[in-house]
Amino acid sequence: MKIHEYQAKELFDRFEIPIPRGSVAFSVDEAVKVAESLGKFPVVVKAQIHAGGRGKGGGVKLANSIEEVRKVADEILGMTLVTHQTGPEGKVVRKVLVEEGLDIDKELYLSVIPDRSTAKVVIMTSEAGGMDIEEVAAKTPEKIIKVWVDPGFGIQPYHAREVAFRLNVEPEVVKQFGALIPRLYRLFFDYDCSLVEINPLVITKDKKLIALDAKVNFDDNALYRHKDILEYRDLDEEDPLEVEASKYNLNYIRLDGNIGNMVNGAGLAMATMDVIKRAGGEPANFLDVGGGASAEMVENGFRIILSDEKVKAVLINIFGGILRCDVLAKGVVEATKKVEVKVPVVIRMEGTNVEEGRKILKESGLNLIVAKDIKDAAEKISSIVKE
Amino acid sequence: MSIFVDKETRLLVQGITGREGQFHTRQCVAYGTNVVAGVTPGKGGQKMDDIPVFNTVKDAVKETGANCSMVFVPPAFAADAIMEAADAGVPLIVAITEGIPVLDMMKVKNFLNTTNSRLIGPNCPGIITPGECKVGIMPGPIHMPGPIGVISRSGTLTYEVVYQLSQQNIGQSTCIGIGGDPINGTNFIDCLEAFQADPDTKGIVMVGEIGGNAEEEACEYIVENVTKPVVGFIAGLTAPPGRRMGHAGAIISGGSGTAQAKIDAMKKAGITVVEDLGIFGVVCKDAFEKVI
Repeated sequence: MKIHEYQAKELFDRFEIPIPRGSVAFSVDEAVKVAESLGKFPVVVKAQIHAGGRGKGGGVKLANSIEEVRKVADEILGMTLVTHQTGPEGKVVRKVLVEEGLDIDKELYLSVIPDRSTAKVVIMTSEAGGMDIEEVAAKTPEKIIKVWVDPGFGIQPYHAREVAFRLNVEPEVVKQFGALIPRLYRLFFDYDCSLVEINPLVITKDKKLIALDAKVNFDDNALYRHKDILEYRDLDEEDPLEVEASKYNLNYIRLDGNIGNMVNGAGLAMATMDVIKRAGGEPANFLDVGGGASAEMVENGFRIILSDEKVKAVLINIFGGILRCDVLAKGVVEATKKVEVKVPVVIRMEGTNVEEGRKILKESGLNLIVAKDIKDAAEKISSIVKE
Repeated sequence: MSIFVDKETRLLVQGITGREGQFHTRQCVAYGTNVVAGVTPGKGGQKMDDIPVFNTVKDAVKETGANCSMVFVPPAFAADAIMEAADAGVPLIVAITEGIPVLDMMKVKNFLNTTNSRLIGPNCPGIITPGECKVGIMPGPIHMPGPIGVISRSGTLTYEVVYQLSQQNIGQSTCIGIGGDPINGTNFIDCLEAFQADPDTKGIVMVGEIGGNAEEEACEYIVENVTKPVVGFIAGLTAPPGRRMGHAGAIISGGSGTAQAKIDAMKKAGITVVEDLGIFGVVCKDAFEKVI
């Protein structure tokens, strides 16, 4: 789960990680009030959306007077911000963070993430802050300092010292680093984060270490033990169809293509998307109905796919293990009774109770195209695409 | 021969009295697996069908000599269950549970490093040696005994691949789902090592997907250590970056973990890469022609 920068900074504040003074605003008037309360200029007005690259997209602006705050807040609020992470359709800005401007001496990078290969938590830092860290990692890996922490034993003071002394910073900043690292780690650990990132972490002209930006993502599997974090969920930032699908525990991701698909199992779902692409189509979604899907889940999944206007055809690919083919067939039949199916539907199923499933589809009188295997399904999709 | 499970496997099921645990225990028994015990805390002394249920894994191992555990415990309690089995000295633990928090799995993994237990999974279909022993949730009838070892990060995609193998009359020595989570127990390399050492495995099928770099590491291992022919498949060529594709581990982040990079690594390692899933079995027939 992702949250906004201003929410991440609330968490930072709770863990005594230094942040600029400021507050979130939902309207121009609120933005002006926040700026007034800060008492000095410049102030920074930052668009709050769940995507990076906001500055380049025109979503972060400086203001040197109340009039300017009013002007830039008015520009940013309500704008459709397009960045390299939003996709071409962009995201509508509904709130801004108004903060004091800082006199910056140096920009650093700092993050805490799980490391898959070592099964440890890795703290990464670099003097090359403010930039695209992936590019730094690819071109100049020596500029990234990494320290691994075993979550069973937790963070030790030497971890923080190691990070701080290897960075080329003044002694007074080293000290602040020593305090900051354990706090950041505790936030990561206490809240089951999948990412805590500060980019840039700035050293001000008066030698203070401050988190200018804040990004915190959470492990979805651990949200059950962090009910307070669920309050941070912002449905405006999510695709409406994805929100709808999540109500039924369906694993649905909307994509840009024209061929809808419904599959059981994530690996097979990805492979089916690839099959669609090879057949000349573009997948309109990823949808894993899961191993133990009920007829109701299948019905809802099918309905959600069909409510995407871009969908020109649907491919259903089920390898029945736990999910039986007769259950699938019933779900599809029920769904077609409730929504009008205007596009061709290709069904391929195999595995448990496949004969009963095929019988249900046949007796339903529905105009479904039954494929005998994946190859056949791909060919049928291909001929639909060509029409 | 086979790897990790066979006729000697004495299975214990953690979470045997739950809905899923009960259903799949019966399926395993029906396949011929020797299920000797179940564990559900608080239900010790009861029976599930004819299988005795114990309060702790230690009790179950002591009374029944179980040497493998299948974990069906819900995600919030699964890490604890895996560690309990390892602490009781169970040599092979197969965790089916999906949705275990990453930090829990980190603790499990670091703890397991201090024991002699092997973990398969979590978030996996399990392991099967066709005709001998099934420890997992895969449909038994699609498998057939034979010379090809199968390793996969996926569930139903593995069934698809196995089904196509069997359609071509190519049997399997052992099929292992290593799971779709970012942190898991047994990895590709562990399985490759075991299949290479198993005289009855003549060829290997490796099914990967986007996320992480386990496939790339396995490819490096294959170049140095594997002499048997390998056929590979990678799911997720069309997956967009930054989105978690169902499996917690299936995510392209920061430009790494892409399907294309994995396919390239496989080709470079001399693996026969299947790009069209529809003809997987046919390609295998050809690639394994000399060894089967």
